[in-house]
Amino acid sequence: MAEKTIEIEVLRYHPEKDREPHRQVFEVPFTDDMSVLQGVQYIKDYLDGSLSFRWSCRMAICGSCGMMINGIPSLSCQTFLRDYYPARVRVEALSHFPIERDLVISMDGFIEKLESIQPYIIPKEPRTLEQGEYLQTPEQLDAYEQFSSCINCLLCYAACPQFGLNPDFVGPAAIALLHRYNVDSRDGAKAERMELVNSEEGVFNCTAVGYCSEVCPKHVDPANAVNQNKTNSAADYFLRFLAPKGGAK
Amino acid sequence: MSKRRPYVRSMDGWWRKNPYFVEYMIHEGTALFVAAYAGILLTGLLRLAQGEAAWNAWLSALQNPWYICFHLLALAALTYHTYTWFKIMPRTMPPVIVGGQRLSAWAITGSGLAVATAACFGLLAVVWGMAR
Repeated sequence: MAEKTIEIEVLRYHPEKDREPHRQVFEVPFTDDMSVLQGVQYIKDYLDGSLSFRWSCRMAICGSCGMMINGIPSLSCQTFLRDYYPARVRVEALSHFPIERDLVISMDGFIEKLESIQPYIIPKEPRTLEQGEYLQTPEQLDAYEQFSSCINCLLCYAACPQFGLNPDFVGPAAIALLHRYNVDSRDGAKAERMELVNSEEGVFNCTAVGYCSEVCPKHVDPANAVNQNKTNSAADYFLRFLAPKGGAK
Repeated sequence: MSKRRPYVRSMDGWWRKNPYFVEYMIHEGTALFVAAYAGILLTGLLRLAQGEAAWNAWLSALQNPWYICFHLLALAALTYHTYTWFKIMPRTMPPVIVGGQRLSAWAITGSGLAVATAACFGLLAVVWGMAR
């Protein structure tokens, strides 16, 4: 019996050779347990070693292998070729990010945003080791738990047209993580982070498209974090007129 | 010298590239009907202030088949607008805890739609009662 094959069309871009990206089609042996990631790995191993892409864990937890697969932001390790076979599969670097090379995007902007939200607990009350651990009730854990599942895969940014139109927008994942720390009962840096929420780059860039939450592979709801913070930002703005000393900035 | 030359793709026609965005543009587009209908109602209010003749002229203008067609179209657009508005509502709210459990997205959307429907029919009943 002849070996089954599937066509994978890849958007290629080599910064030293190409003026702009172009499409290249590869014919890859197909088995029904193959992920799209395995498909592109086959291309790199046997057809064209110059193909560049990021990957690591192969089990949807490292967040490295995000790609546009037939135009949908997806983790290529948990997207299977059998769901497209016998049709051709189109693979492209994540939308809305600059292409570094082939399927590799430039993450510089996101890393800066991630740093800017201070993604760590800044304790409300410093405790010494003798005072013991910070305690939290199940309800307090529930307030932020889902937002802590973010793996920084950036699918939500590839799903956010507002980020595409304005790359300065802090964006879904960074705001979901910002919210994760702001609503943590142990944290005390909400006022600092609210400056970013309220800024030009902040939550009001969002027009509630909601696709970010649809594509999230870890069932985080970034749209919820962003939109809850629109209310928080509005409250921050109006309450400063009532609060002594002008309230939050 | 750096050999990096990151390529930025164009956003032209972004909303046509994904059915999810097409639906988004359609449901955002229905807001234009909300604005147009508000315009019609405000015109009515203006005509009412101008006196009985102006008011009656406005009422008879509304009998025009084109106006009736527009109203049917606006009704369909506003119904869809309402549905999508409540559909996205759970994503815009802090979690609602009832009896120690988070209220599901479906329950929030369902209650919103139920309240909106009840309010519409309630208002219709009041206006109907006043007009009789």
